[in-house]
This record gives sequence, C-alpha cells and structure tokens, in this order.
Amino acid sequence: MSGRLTGKVLALHLGILGLLFIAQFVLPAYHHTNVARIMVLATYAVGYNILLGYTGLMSLGHAMFFAAGMYGAGLPIYYLQFGAIQAFCLGVLLSLVLATLFGLIALRTSGVSFLIVTMMFAQACYLALLYFNKITLGDQGFILSKSLESVSLGSFEFAFSDPAVKYNIALLLFAGSFLLSALLVGSPTGRVLIAVRENEERTGLLGYNTYKYKLLSLVISGGISGVAGAAYALLFSYVGASFASILYSIYPILWTLLGGTGTTTGPMIGTGIMFYLVDIASGLTSSYLFVVGAVLVMLILWFPQGIMGAIRTRWLPWLP
Amino acid sequence: MSFGPHLFLALLEGTVTAFVLALIALGLSLVFGVMRIVNIAHGEFFMLGAVLAWSCSMLVGGGAFMGFAVALVVGPLIVGAMAVAADGLILRRINYQPESTIVATIGLLYIIQQLVLTLFGADARPVVPPIYFRVAFPWFGYSGYKLIVAGVSGLLLLGTWLAMSKTKLGLYMRATQQDQEMAQAFGVPVRRVYAKAFALGAMLAAVAGVLVVPIQQAHYLMGLDPLLLSFIVVIIGGLGSLKGTMVAAFVVGISDGVVSVFFSPTLAKIVATLLVAAVLVLRPGGLFGEEGS
Repeated sequence: MSGRLTGKVLALHLGILGLLFIAQFVLPAYHHTNVARIMVLATYAVGYNILLGYTGLMSLGHAMFFAAGMYGAGLPIYYLQFGAIQAFCLGVLLSLVLATLFGLIALRTSGVSFLIVTMMFAQACYLALLYFNKITLGDQGFILSKSLESVSLGSFEFAFSDPAVKYNIALLLFAGSFLLSALLVGSPTGRVLIAVRENEERTGLLGYNTYKYKLLSLVISGGISGVAGAAYALLFSYVGASFASILYSIYPILWTLLGGTGTTTGPMIGTGIMFYLVDIASGLTSSYLFVVGAVLVMLILWFPQGIMGAIRTRWLPWLP
Repeated sequence: MSFGPHLFLALLEGTVTAFVLALIALGLSLVFGVMRIVNIAHGEFFMLGAVLAWSCSMLVGGGAFMGFAVALVVGPLIVGAMAVAADGLILRRINYQPESTIVATIGLLYIIQQLVLTLFGADARPVVPPIYFRVAFPWFGYSGYKLIVAGVSGLLLLGTWLAMSKTKLGLYMRATQQDQEMAQAFGVPVRRVYAKAFALGAMLAAVAGVLVVPIQQAHYLMGLDPLLLSFIVVIIGGLGSLKGTMVAAFVVGISDGVVSVFFSPTLAKIVATLLVAAVLVLRPGGLFGEEGS
C-alpha cells in the first residue's frame, strides 16, 4: 500500500460522503434527525478506532473525552453566553488537554492494566460530574437552546434548530474526521502506529519511541471524541452526565467492533446499525441494553473481524 | 458528636467496607492470577448474590434467619454454576485471549444486568438483617450485624487462603498461575482448573453480595461501585498478587469509609482514583506487582 490515498480508496471515501450528502434530500424527517445523530456518534467511533483499530490500545474510558468536549462547550454557553464557535473550540481543547494528561499517567501501564485504568478514570470523571452537581448540573442535565444564539458567517445565518443546519454540520465534522483518519492511517506516522499494534517491542527495537506514538494516538483519538462531544452538545442542545457514564465508553467499542476494527469505513457502518438496533429495542422493552450485551458476545464469538473486516478479507483486500 | 468518636465511627465503617471489598477484590484477583483475564462482569456476580438473597428472603419461610442461611448457600452455588456456564460457553471458545475476554465479559455484564432488570424490576429491594442487635459504644450505638459481616468476611478470606495453600485444587491453581504450560505438562487439568477458578471468583463476589444485602438494598445497578473499587484495589496492590490485593483492600476500604463518613461516598471514589494515579506514577506495576506488568 502506498503512503497516500490511492484512487480507489479516495473514491470510496468521497462516495460514502456523497451518499450521506444526497441522503438528506431523500430521508423522512425522523430518519433525517437520526442520521445526523449517527454521524456525530460515528465521529466519536472514528476517533475511538484510531486508538483501538490502528494502535491496538483498547480503552474502556473514552466517554471522559466525549464528555470533556460536551461540557467544555456546554458550560461556557450556559454560564457565560459564549458563542457556538468559541465554545466548540473550548470543548475540543479541554478534551485534548484531558487526553494528554491522562495519557501521560495511563500509558505507564500496558496490557490489561491500561484497560482497567481507563475505565477507572472515566468512572471518576463521571462521579466528579455528579459530585459537583451544583456547577455541572450533571444529575439532571441542562438544555442549551435558550442560551445558544445562531452563528452568522458573512451574510448567512445558521440557526442550530434548523434540521438542515444540524445535518450538514454533522456531515462536515464526520467528513473531517473520516478523511483525517484515512489520511493518518496512510501516512508514515500511521504506519508506525500500526507497527505498534502488530508488535510493540519490535517497533521499539527499530528505534521508534513507542510511548510517544501511543500518546499521540491517544491525543488524536481523544480530540476527535471531544469534537463529537462538543458537536453533540451544540447540535442536540442537551448536556448531561449520562454521556460520561460507562455505557458511552462501551458504545464506541461496540460500534467499532461491529463495523470492523482497523477499517476506516467500519465505525460509521457499525454506529448506524447499532443506533437503529438500540432504537428498535428501546421501543419494545425497558431492558433494551440487553441488545448491547448480546451483540458484544456474539461478535466476539462468531464475528471478531466485523462487517468491513470480513469484506476486506473476502473481497476487497485494498480497503484501508 | 466530637471529632474523636466521629473518627472512630468512620474507621469502623471503613473496616466493614474493607472486609467486604477484600472478599470481592480477592475474587477478581484470583481469576486474573490463574487465568490472566479481567472479568468486567465481576460486579454483576456480586449483584446477583444480593438479588438472590432477596429472592430467598421472599420465598423461604421461617423468619429472616432461615431465608438468609439458605441464601448464603444457594446464592453462591447458583452464581458459581452460571460462572462455569459462562466459562464453557464463551471464554473457552475465545481461548481466554485477554482483550476478547474483556469485551465478552462487558457483554456478559449487560446480559446479566438487563435480565435481572426484566425479572426483578428496577426497584431497590430491602432485606431484613438475620440477626439484629446494637453494640452500645459510649458515644453511639452501632449495628451489630455490620460487625458480623466483617467477621464472616474475615473467616471466608481465611478459608480461601487455607484452600489456596493446603488443598489440591489450591496447589493446581498456584501451579497454573506460575506457569500454565508446565502445569499442564505435569498433569494439572488446566481447563478444569480455569472453570473452577472462575467459579470460585464469582462465588466470592456472590457471598459478599448476600452478606451486604441487609445493609445495602438489592438493585440491578449495584454491581458497578464494587467493580470500580475492586479495580482500584487490584491496580494499587498489583495485578495478580493476592497479598497486594489484601493490603490494598484495607487501605482503600478504610480510606473509603473515612472519606464517606466525613464527606461523601462519591468523593471517596474520586479520591481513591487519584490515589491510583499517584501509585501509577511512582510504581507502574502496583505496590506488590511484577514491575511493569
């Protein structure tokens, strides 16, 4: 595989984005909102996949980066009447800082210890959101629509309540992270990350500082998760501690595994399928998270490659 | 209440927490030591113990004590059987590969939790203590049952230690922990030892659940807190080191009790996690762990 996006790969990625763009003119209102939500969540999954799929590090605590983006954007809007763009940047910045600090500590461990530590810290962040309830309003959550003003760029005015605006911002952010991940994976840095995934010791012996590469991967991954969190707060105007809970650390694992770890296109597909599965299940029973557990176990037992992973093995070996 | 007695109460609460936590964390640590896997569903086995204790108190006649006695035997047995089933149906098939196992046990966590939600509902279920008396200290009265919980947990810890050091199964487990292949070569039935270790770990958590239910009500989400605390304990103590687990359980349990009494249980968990951060910076392998593990 060459270092740059080759014709076929580029065509595939642009094709998927093109389909998503056209979909907004066809979809009925209910699915229109759902797909906007799926694209934001898929951004989160794309971020997660950089760490799990391309660096081989499994995190059980990515909800803390998602929530950092969400609260970093949401709180300044709620309390200080920040504009959407400034708030968004603050959210992403907060998640980057958190990912860096966390990485410096957690990457001192490896293997299963790393997994446990990620889960532990994410849970501590979740509990902190509940503990400082007076400031974070974590318990009940809060709604942004009243304090969030529309953004005007030149002569255009964007209101976040407009479904078309929601959809296209979500698409834009998803496209950004999607192409970034495809570019990263094809770049020399991405090759080193994959080498770390395949054999960390050998990569180290070849002279690469694997600690630095793992930290870089964690920061990029956490940053993209923060982008998703901040976007979620702005577009769907709700901020709550439930987005920092363990379930939101498990979701990206599930989405990525279902779509195929270590494939650029997998996270989007996995997110889409799981979103609708959980949506349907929650209409049938209050124990709808059973689906999450059952799908995880079935994937691990019978379908560890995921959808795109299987397609890559059988038919399309060039998939990145 | 003045500071002295208040601190005494906090230490008392902390000690009770520490004994129960030691029991749960020992199960997690044992499973990791022997099988080299982390069981994320460990907290759910604790929850199952508690829920089964509530069921027994409803189904078994003859007063609170009978129900409790039955639960103490039946609860761990049912949970142990479930653990053996999970081992055979899921874990063995993925060859105990560490990351796959973690994902599988996350799946198991949601399956167990949501089944309990479906079967038992979302309400918290109280259970009457089997023995009720108050220990009168000069400054306050204290629930005698809590002291019994600590005592029984202590006995069970001792029992587990004896089983590990004196019985054949214990010998097999220690052999498997040290070198799985060599143990196999010497005729240790490693697969069966795995199933038994997984069941034993789950049963320790379940017993803790049964014991705790009269203090803390049974609820389908109660497994998460002990799981988090057990993780904190095994990371501080060093993964796979039973001695480290014991020491850390008491450090974490008592500090959790003290911070809970003086401030809040939520803050106690946050403080404990920061403690872990400090340990990781100073000794990445934990206090008693193999360096760099």
